[in-house]
Amino acid sequence: MPNQRIVGIDLGTTNSLVAYMEGDRPVVIPGEDGLNLVPSVVALDESGQIVVGNAARKYLIETPERAVYSVKRLMGRDVADIRNELKLFPFRLAEDLAPGEVLRIRLGDKTYTPPEISAFILRQLKRNAERYFAAPVSKAVITVPAYFNDAQRQATKDAGRIAGLEVLRLVNEPTAASLAYGLDQKQSETVAVYDLGGGTFDISILKLHEGIFEVIATNGDTHLGGDDIDNLLIAIALDDIQGDLAIDVRRNSGIVQTVRKAVIEAKIALSANEQTTLDVELPGGKRYQRVITREQFQQLIQPVIDRTVGPVKQALKDAGLKPKDIDEAALVGGSTRIPRVRALVEELFERKPHSDLNPDEVVALGAAVQANILAGGSEATKEMLLLDVTPLSLGIESLGGGVVKIIHRNSTIPASANEHFTTGVEGQTNVAIHVVQGERELAKDCRSLARFDLKGIPPMPAGLPRIEVKFLIDANGILHVSARELRSGKVSEIEVQPSYGLTDEQVENMILESFDYAEEDFRQRQVIEARNEAETMLTALEKGRKNPGWQQLSSQERSTIDKQEAALRAVMKDDGYQAMRSAIDALNQGTMRLAELMMDSAVSSALKGKDMATADVGEGPASPHPIAQAEIK
Amino acid sequence: MKETHSKTAESHGILVVTPDKAGKTNCWSCGDMRAAQFCQHCGKVQPPAPVDYFAFFGLPYKLNIEASKLESEFYELSRHLHPDINAIKSEREQQWALEQSSHLNDAYRTLKDPIARTEYLLRLQGVQLEEQSKTATEEARRTGKIKKQVVPPDLLEEVFELNMQMEEARMNKKMGEPDRTLERQLQDARKHMQAKHDALMQELGAARNEWDALVDRAGQGQNVLEEDRLAVRDRMVDILNRRNYLRNLLRDIDEVLEG
Repeated sequence: MPNQRIVGIDLGTTNSLVAYMEGDRPVVIPGEDGLNLVPSVVALDESGQIVVGNAARKYLIETPERAVYSVKRLMGRDVADIRNELKLFPFRLAEDLAPGEVLRIRLGDKTYTPPEISAFILRQLKRNAERYFAAPVSKAVITVPAYFNDAQRQATKDAGRIAGLEVLRLVNEPTAASLAYGLDQKQSETVAVYDLGGGTFDISILKLHEGIFEVIATNGDTHLGGDDIDNLLIAIALDDIQGDLAIDVRRNSGIVQTVRKAVIEAKIALSANEQTTLDVELPGGKRYQRVITREQFQQLIQPVIDRTVGPVKQALKDAGLKPKDIDEAALVGGSTRIPRVRALVEELFERKPHSDLNPDEVVALGAAVQANILAGGSEATKEMLLLDVTPLSLGIESLGGGVVKIIHRNSTIPASANEHFTTGVEGQTNVAIHVVQGERELAKDCRSLARFDLKGIPPMPAGLPRIEVKFLIDANGILHVSARELRSGKVSEIEVQPSYGLTDEQVENMILESFDYAEEDFRQRQVIEARNEAETMLTALEKGRKNPGWQQLSSQERSTIDKQEAALRAVMKDDGYQAMRSAIDALNQGTMRLAELMMDSAVSSALKGKDMATADVGEGPASPHPIAQAEIK
Repeated sequence: MKETHSKTAESHGILVVTPDKAGKTNCWSCGDMRAAQFCQHCGKVQPPAPVDYFAFFGLPYKLNIEASKLESEFYELSRHLHPDINAIKSEREQQWALEQSSHLNDAYRTLKDPIARTEYLLRLQGVQLEEQSKTATEEARRTGKIKKQVVPPDLLEEVFELNMQMEEARMNKKMGEPDRTLERQLQDARKHMQAKHDALMQELGAARNEWDALVDRAGQGQNVLEEDRLAVRDRMVDILNRRNYLRNLLRDIDEVLEG
């Protein structure tokens, strides 16, 4: 089938969405509950089943030890990185973690890595899309914060693979948003996208010119968002409650989660109202109430939102632009609903920011646009092309612990650099290289990406071998390394030891482990397809009843068909695949003669001088015996 | 029949390149002869050829490049070579698109910046420029090695004085006793150095024009003396080394003043 359905996915800290380009407009695909947003919450229910989204939310309060949220904060990170997070978030880590091992989070009696937990969310979105299309979905574009480093990107890609999705592209969230905004934009202009979400902040500055979306500079903070605002309010409420109840409420995750829920409601209310009451029901029939004014709220969150100023200024500086050079400032992410945040953006760019599109949905919509471009484009996207940049400089550790930068931040990707290395000792056959990412001058202050060994260098006097190493950052922002020894022309064997993240083997194993889920997916897909087939058949039968052929059937034949139809309609409501399959086959069998008669009457009317093309043979797949959709592999 | 083309600047001293794209061969897919990075007949991405940045854009080895022209050429090539455009092609084509577009991006990044462009051409001409990067400076500071950095002789006295003042200002800052007079002196010195820097850029502009004139003459088949070429080349190397030195100095002053 030429039409490859590629969906766009916004895998968010707080909420996730899946979208698709329908005609020339991207649309968000709702879940079974009719809602567009799937909360990024995963829980393990009493029977050991994974629950995702709205259904999982109640577990956060009822059985917090079996639920997890904001797992995006843990993607591509290790224990040392998240020590501060652990003080604020109720992440329960596995106790047997070895140093350097990928984190594992406890859910009930099981443990999962962050990519696996993200995969559960992706699987839910995949299922929603498959339900919507009544067809399998296996390819996706997934968005990531622009300021995500290599390890965080790799972890996101791994999550896609574990969920059974081929990730065709990782797109930066603000850039994706600009695609959604720029769909109708034909004139050249410079745009700033200010994206403050649940857990991450990005600022990107783009030049739009004849369908080319060229990112000039990007900056951000992968640990700054609505979560941080919530945590401030939670801390205040918990202090109050603690004083009141005289118990250590921080150790009671049920209470903490109840407070968190109330705080989020209060935060949202304060975007519309001048004041609100934080209202929490406590165990033992007690109640905690506190009035918060918008003024107080704004004072409280000012330090958090001020942390966005530095990255904005740096991005402008890197782009070589002044605020007045920016034609449009667009708001993305739920936290930009806060009036104080809007005011700050207006101050920074000296103009009223744009917020025509729903800030919760715009990233997913843009991902759908990008998916459409990758699938070969359509009328709406045929001139569109995204040129993105790498957010962080890539460097190599030099003698003495310094960093030699080889690809600078804000370089358009794909980008590459060739570096030459040599040996320091006679006969040396290995050279070790340490690759880091970041802007700091010392390797220890940057993010370690990988350590690798160039092996099999022909023994030569020191300094004689010339080893050329090619570093290439692909369009996903992920690094690839290859090397060869120039004097011997030999392609060196490289052993890359990723500093963080899962190995290919681990990902493969997780895919195998998730086979159970894959089976469940397959079952659901079968049901969807059978139901679809049944509906097509029933529509065709309606038509058949109006055909002269219907009258030529014996009354017994007609009543058999009626019974078979009723039987099919009855089983269609349930999710039983086998029952549906047999009912379909029965009706198929029963209407065989009707189909022949219809065909005959079509042929004879054609012989009577009617054009065969206009003769009523039904409309291809709408006639009985539709050709089964050829999508099941 | 394949067209021949000049490959590198190094091999020819001053190069004369045909204005159309270098590296044309037959398209692997449709066999058409008009293929360079992509086939102009069927649009398919071609296997990458090892060409320098100027040749990649089909540009002569001249140092004045019209920015808007380069940009539109970059956009045009991106529309054919970018991985997004080739996302559902064969694996082989996707790999070529990745390599071709990274080469395109590297080339554009280098050529659009006048200084990077000049340094790149000089490197093609076999010149090793001094390592004046901040990293090298830091590295030297840390390891205690003496960085190979030649102070332009005419600046020697001034720079010595300036370094003393900066050291003093750093100490003052550390003690929390900023010295306004000293800061003003540093600001004056900065202005002076900035003026010198700007003058060097003027000089560089003139040298670039001379270089381009030589390339044009060679292109018209006139004889260009090797010593003329080397003279312009070496002058540019000298200007760039001095300019880099000044730029680092300006950055250091800024650090002291702001930090």
